[in-house]
Formats: sequence, structure tokens, C-alpha cells
Amino acid sequence: MHRFANPGQFLRLSGTLVPWLSAGALVLIAIGLIWGLVFAPADWQQGNAVRIMYIHVPAAWLASAGYAGLAACSVASLVWRHPLADLAAVEIGPVGAGFTALCLATGSLWGKPMWGAWWVWDARLTSVLVLFFLYLGHIALVRAFDDPVRGYRAGAILALVGVVDLPIIKFSVDWWNTLHQPDTITLTGAPHMYIAMLWPLLFSTLGYTLAFAAIVLTRTRAAVMERRIRALLMARASAQEPG
Amino acid sequence: MELWPYIAASYALGILIPGVFAVSAFVRVGAARRRLAAIDPRANRSGARSGRGGSQ
Repeated sequence: MHRFANPGQFLRLSGTLVPWLSAGALVLIAIGLIWGLVFAPADWQQGNAVRIMYIHVPAAWLASAGYAGLAACSVASLVWRHPLADLAAVEIGPVGAGFTALCLATGSLWGKPMWGAWWVWDARLTSVLVLFFLYLGHIALVRAFDDPVRGYRAGAILALVGVVDLPIIKFSVDWWNTLHQPDTITLTGAPHMYIAMLWPLLFSTLGYTLAFAAIVLTRTRAAVMERRIRALLMARASAQEPG
Repeated sequence: MELWPYIAASYALGILIPGVFAVSAFVRVGAARRRLAAIDPRANRSGARSGRGGSQ
């Protein structure tokens, strides 16, 4: 694990992975969205509004999974003090916030025709909104210090405190009487969904997951290179200083 | 109620938001690679494209 956390190894490995992840993401997202928009059946109750699911569910999954990744990087940062984990955490933040915003926006676009309201203070919606604010807080906190290492540590602590929101999001539909529907797909039981709707959802979810990974890896690659550039420029400047 | 405007807006956002992140990430890494190659001959020689010059 530590071997792959070496910046040089990381750049080599990610340089090989990113093109494959990007190509896979493009193909799977295209298949999932076209299938979901054109060929998947409409829901007997919701009609064509159910097609929003092919965007909303992957975005919701990646909002939570991205935050779990951010928390894992934060553990690596606090326990092993690994600089690559710091850079990855900083780069996951904005992407996770973007996917959480996508989840909230598509949820609103689905809620308006189905519930008659853009927003309700439902436990699921509110806990996802809290997740969005946690991402924004992390983005702001890691950039709030003159010493970047202090920013990384503060951000890591915030990220770990915020992990408590993930089970609240997951179980909110079971713990409270919510307007949001219960989970349709679980790890333990059979999905409560028509198979013709399930396949395009799996394609789009896998596609967006690969896209998320490719974006985060690419941003982290850029951050590693930018740090190398700063180090080289500082070394050059200090070598030119008289005395 | 007409549902297609809501569906179209969702799909537009579903393409636009990840697309903006993807394009900006690839532009940023390209700029970093060119800058690194310009200031670090070792990176230029060994191929910053695969990141071999980027180790610390």
C-alpha cells in the first residue's frame, strides 16, 4: 500500500489507469443514459419521471462513497502523515461536493413533479444537504491556513467527524417516516425493481463511478506535479540567493 | 404535468457537472505537465507524460 503511495509510483500507475477509466466511464455512461432515457420502461406510478433515477442514484451513491474516500484519506493523513493522502483528500472535496450538488439538484427536479415541492425538510434530503455543507467546510478549511500541513490536518479531523453523517443518510429512510422512498437496492436483499430498469441503472452507476475515479486521479496527478514545480522553483530561488 | 423539462434538465446537469470537472482536471494536468517539463529537464527527458519525472 505504501509502495503505491509513493508519488512517483502513483504517477506511473495513475498514468496507466486514467485512460482506461475515462474510456470505460464514457462508454458505460453513454449506454446507461441512452438506455435509461429511451429504452427503459416508464414507471407505472411515476411515469417518465423515473428516468431521472439514472442520474440521481449514481450521484447519491458517489456523494456518500466520495465522502468515505475522503475519510479514508484523512485516516491515512492523520495516522501515517502521508502527503499523497493529503493531496488526494484536497482533490476529492470539490468533486464530491459537485456530485452531492448534482444529487440535490436532480432530487429537486424529481421531487417537484412527484411531491409538488422542490424541497422538503425530510430526513434523507436534510442529511444529504448536511453532507454538501461538510464537503464545503472541508474545501474551505484545508485552504484556510498559511501552513498547508495544518490545513490538511484540520480538514482530516473535520472529515472524520463528518463520517457520522453517512449512516444517518443510509438509515434515515428507516429511522424516520420520510417522504423519500426507502432503498430500492440493498446489499443483502433482492432489488425491488423491474430488471429492465435495473440494468441501465447499473451501467450508469458504474460509469459515473469510473468517471469520479478518473477525475480524482487526474486532479491528484496535477496536484503532485504542481507540488514538484513549487519545490523546484523554491530550490532554484534559494540556490540563487547570495551567501 | 409535463415531465420532460424536468428529465431534460436532470440529464443536462448529469452531463454538464461531471463534464466540467473532467475537462478542468485534464486541462490542469496538461498545464502542470508542460510547466514541469519546461523547468525540470529530468522530467522532460524521462517523460513527464507518464509522470516519471514527477517523483519527489
